[in-house]
Amino acid sequence: MANGNRFDHEIIYGLIPGGATVLDLGCGDGELLMSLIEGKGVRGLGIEKDIDRVAETISRGVPVLHADLDEGLAGLPDRHFDYVVLEKTLQAVNRPLFVLEEMLRVGAAGIVSFPNFGHWQVISSLLLTGKMPVTPILPYQWHDTPNIHLFTARDFLDWAEEKRVKIVQGFSWYGDRAAPFSEECFSLAEEVLFVVSRYDQE
Amino acid sequence: MSDPLDAFTGKSDTKFDAPGTARSVGWTAPEKVRLADERNPLPLDCGRTIAPVDVEYETYGRLNQKRDNAILILHALSGDAHAAGWLSDPDGLGRPWLKSRPGWWDNMIGPGKAFDTTKYFVICSNILGSCYGSTGPSSPDPETGRPYGLRFPVVTVGDWVRLQARLVDHLGIRRLFAVAGGSLGGQQALEWALAYPDRVESAIIIAATARLSDQGLAFNAVARQAITTDPCFNGGNYYGGATPDRGLAVARMLGHITYLSEISMRRKFGRRFCNGYGPGFQLGVEFEVEGYLRHQGEAFVERFDANSYLYITRAADYYDAAKWGDGDLDRACRRIQSKALLVSFSSDWLYPPAQMKELALAMGRGRKRVSYANISSSYGHDAFLLEVEKLAHLVRCFLEKR
Repeated sequence: MANGNRFDHEIIYGLIPGGATVLDLGCGDGELLMSLIEGKGVRGLGIEKDIDRVAETISRGVPVLHADLDEGLAGLPDRHFDYVVLEKTLQAVNRPLFVLEEMLRVGAAGIVSFPNFGHWQVISSLLLTGKMPVTPILPYQWHDTPNIHLFTARDFLDWAEEKRVKIVQGFSWYGDRAAPFSEECFSLAEEVLFVVSRYDQE
Repeated sequence: MSDPLDAFTGKSDTKFDAPGTARSVGWTAPEKVRLADERNPLPLDCGRTIAPVDVEYETYGRLNQKRDNAILILHALSGDAHAAGWLSDPDGLGRPWLKSRPGWWDNMIGPGKAFDTTKYFVICSNILGSCYGSTGPSSPDPETGRPYGLRFPVVTVGDWVRLQARLVDHLGIRRLFAVAGGSLGGQQALEWALAYPDRVESAIIIAATARLSDQGLAFNAVARQAITTDPCFNGGNYYGGATPDRGLAVARMLGHITYLSEISMRRKFGRRFCNGYGPGFQLGVEFEVEGYLRHQGEAFVERFDANSYLYITRAADYYDAAKWGDGDLDRACRRIQSKALLVSFSSDWLYPPAQMKELALAMGRGRKRVSYANISSSYGHDAFLLEVEKLAHLVRCFLEKR
């Protein structure tokens, strides 16, 4: 979202190997895909539901389909992409679990980043003020936030366990630095990023 | 605010860029060139050849030294080569209706517009089988010296594009910077990307699909039936005598219903009576929507040839991009080398967004550089001529990537 935090952006750029095929779900203005296409020779495709952002993505020379993720990715074949990216998008969709399923269907691996609602500042803000937290990572008021399904890093890990989804890698953003994800200090992570894949596809 | 539909029907000229103004290409005059003759006839998909073939075309802007800035614009069913600017001698060409309006895509073509004529060399030609200067059913058949009528061969979108390639050759252009069109023009743009993959850098396909739906086929069938059952049709040999005006007018009325949407009709006509108050208990034109359609039909017969309507709708029926993949659209799309921009309009039910998205996905499955946008509009299929601002923005983003 528009908070200027580029932690996931840089990690995703580092994770994806040159020449890979990448689908970016909720690609926004297409900046991530553009840097991957130009810097790593990636073959990329974006999906975005806001037509103004579709136009911005097109103006960057990045292929993009104007579509709503909540309607799924029908028409895209299984394992069509090496990587499917959900960069701070999952918390903004209506059907997050369905979108995750679709991600794991069309991609060999998924990369999911999201604001951690379990961050101590978020929790303490809610506890102390009794109001929905407004933090640098979650800068919106309750009524104008695009984040309609907030969840914590632990919620995500529970989902992965339940659905037998493998966590390949994890990263946390601590506000000033990134580090490998650690469950012990998960409440210190403002944002998290997980690389996931299906066990049966390994 | 004036209704954009008025601009489309020529009732209002307030929105037009006058010939001397900065954003107009100014006065234009079409060119004509013979692109097929007895020694070099044009082969057609039906197995026949045709010669001679003349093509009317217009150009705007300048071809650069590298000859790599040409954009070919493709027109729809009833369009012509006059895509932008003001015809300098409409009466001389027998097209007086073009005195009061500029070319059909003037809002997209001109200095500073989406197809910017200060940067690009823009070409538009009249399709084979039409009646605006290119060879068609009203042209003389060299075998008889009389107009072809129904002796004219059944032509296809593929034939049109093959002929356009000859025009592009004639202009000394190897590779087009872009091909672009809406509706049947969009299908020509798609055909270009499939038939001449190495000659197209980018394809802009608007309000079109890989093929017409059965619903679309049905409307075209009724339109043709209206023409061929007109008492004046006479097997297509009506030149020089009474023309099948009633049939052609009905065909056009039907067409206009398919170009609008339920909501655009409701907004424009709202079940209003022509007399302003209520039923006159008579069977003539009572509702404004009836008056509008009748006006469209009557105006159309002044400017279009019924036989051309038969041939062009038939070409629209036949078109199926999947033929390049022996019936498999995915396989067909693998031929494409250009990047592509596909634009649909939410209320278009003639070339519906869902079918355009299918085409985009077929290209996507082939890992082609395809972008697709669905513009939210209430104007139905006509939106491709009316939603200028949104469409122009997307086209500009696509052509002038940062």
